[in-house]
Amino acid sequence: MAKVEKKRALSDDRLRDFLREMLLIRRFEEKVEERFRAGELPGFLHVAIGQEAAEVGVCAAMEDGDVFGSTHRAHGHTLARGTHPNALMAELYGKIEGCSHGYGGSMHLYDVERGNLGANAVVGGGLPSLVGAGLAFKLRDEPRVAVAFFGDGATNTGTFHESLNLAQLWQTKTLFVCENNEWAESTPGWQHSPVFDDMSKRALAYDMHSIKVDGQDVEKVYAKASEALDYVRSGAGPVFLDVETYRMHGHYIGDPQVYRSKEDRDEAAERDPIVRLREKLQVSSEDWQTLEDEVHGIVEGAVEFAKNGTDPQPEDALKNVYA
Amino acid sequence: MPELSYREAVRDALATAMRADEDVFLMGEDIAEMGGSMGVTQGLYEEFGSERVRNTPISEMAIVGAGIGAAMQGMRPVVEIMYEDFLTLSLEQIVNQAAKHRYMSGGQIKVPLTIRTQGGAGWSPGAQHAQQLEAWLVHIPGLKVVYAASPADARGLLYSAIYDDNPVIFFEHRLLYPVKGDVPETLEPIPLGKARVVREGTDVTVIATGPLVHRALEAARVAGAEGISVEVVDPRTLQPLDTDTLVDSVKKTNRAVVAHEAVTRMGFGAEVAAVLQEKAFDWLDAPIERVGAKFAPLAFAPAMEQFVVPQPADVLAAIGKTLGRA
Repeated sequence: MAKVEKKRALSDDRLRDFLREMLLIRRFEEKVEERFRAGELPGFLHVAIGQEAAEVGVCAAMEDGDVFGSTHRAHGHTLARGTHPNALMAELYGKIEGCSHGYGGSMHLYDVERGNLGANAVVGGGLPSLVGAGLAFKLRDEPRVAVAFFGDGATNTGTFHESLNLAQLWQTKTLFVCENNEWAESTPGWQHSPVFDDMSKRALAYDMHSIKVDGQDVEKVYAKASEALDYVRSGAGPVFLDVETYRMHGHYIGDPQVYRSKEDRDEAAERDPIVRLREKLQVSSEDWQTLEDEVHGIVEGAVEFAKNGTDPQPEDALKNVYA
Repeated sequence: MPELSYREAVRDALATAMRADEDVFLMGEDIAEMGGSMGVTQGLYEEFGSERVRNTPISEMAIVGAGIGAAMQGMRPVVEIMYEDFLTLSLEQIVNQAAKHRYMSGGQIKVPLTIRTQGGAGWSPGAQHAQQLEAWLVHIPGLKVVYAASPADARGLLYSAIYDDNPVIFFEHRLLYPVKGDVPETLEPIPLGKARVVREGTDVTVIATGPLVHRALEAARVAGAEGISVEVVDPRTLQPLDTDTLVDSVKKTNRAVVAHEAVTRMGFGAEVAAVLQEKAFDWLDAPIERVGAKFAPLAFAPAMEQFVVPQPADVLAAIGKTLGRA
């Protein structure tokens, strides 16, 4: 219990660390948007601006040895679990120094050493493998948890339902983290789900323990994620963590968001988790500037690192097809 | 040399691996108390228990996906998909996930997963319980694909599949389960990617898979009586393909027939024919003949089913064509 108490009593210092991490993710993704628009980044990119508290809160509560799978919106989870910004940015530039060595890109970020078993570009596609990892932890009696991140859109896929059913049936060590950002690409929750205002009802159907949390409050996310992870780790069964967050930007970089009203975007800005945490901590302008400068340096350093990275040889495309 | 049925041989490979290695476990629909809908896993639940012989809900995506996740943690799961028609339900997991994790991670991940499945016509199940879909899988980089025709091959190849660090799709044929054959006293793993010359001959090579190996042998006996010497080669592993053995045989006989139970058009045999013309064109004395199912779903009525599916007579006719005796 002592450990749990300690984990949940967050000091202002710890919260400042969270703020720094969230700001780093925000500025990193803004830089990614900027560099993509400048034509420097190949491919298809999705940012999760507005969802940083959900990412940092859950990832901070995870322990070494825990594994996770993410979505096409994975920069935040990857950074929050300790992948160096340089390695992430290098991946987005398609360099060998990237966290997937240039084979993956933004939608396929891996870092096995830090438990990242892959961001997935198929909505819902990664969930079953986290049930399998959780099953392996159970069979081997290991105190580890497999964390599946997904959005509200994924709750309508077959893999989601089969995965929840199987995980609950077999009591695997899996934590399902539903980052309900209220949008499935351009489709709002009310158009795609009969339970869009309470995703935890999905878990109810499988008799799975669920926990709901305000995903724009990192302190609460951390507390609820810790509770959920403890539960799963103890072998009590999987948990559905219903994180209510908000996607402040478009589905992809360059999305004109014709489907979204100005009022909606204004409302989004009011739910900014970083502004919220800054106000809570009463960060002075001076301290804020210091933080901004530090984060700016890290992000610029990552771009510099990535640009100076090594391009793969074309024929490297034929490597890594088989083990 | 002991004799095992094809069904027993598959079971023996599973049991041998499971006895030696806690990381090997099974998942599938009805595989525990019932012993699988084809009876392949009979007795394994009693020997290894419910933790390692796991009955699953009817959830092909989740079963395969759970296998992927456990494999990524270093276990060696063997998933059974009851009919390969149902493999279509799990294709997203196989094609987008299992086949690509290693690649997309730049070599950080291994997926030592084996997916056993079976199919095959000849018992009038209709169009959704007997398809031969191996051509779908051989087209996907990152997967290995095995199709065993004999008990000895089934046992040795399945064992190797379990211990391969890549996802392997292991095809079995329903009509072959009761077929008996000699197997080595103790299990000898057969390396993936090695073809087998099943019968030596000098006039024409029949490259056949699954039940067509047996139908080709039948055709070869008939042809032999007419003085035609037929060589039968079974690739056994369809991906990676042992092109050297196939090409060497054709260079020797100068004629080739490719035979499988799957639909001929766009089938695995088309790729084999292309490989042969690339690597042995100057040795060929006749166009390569293809034998396979006609281009229709499998019909229910036995007369129609038999018409669609290739029989020994079809192989014999193809042999005759290559020899100009059509």
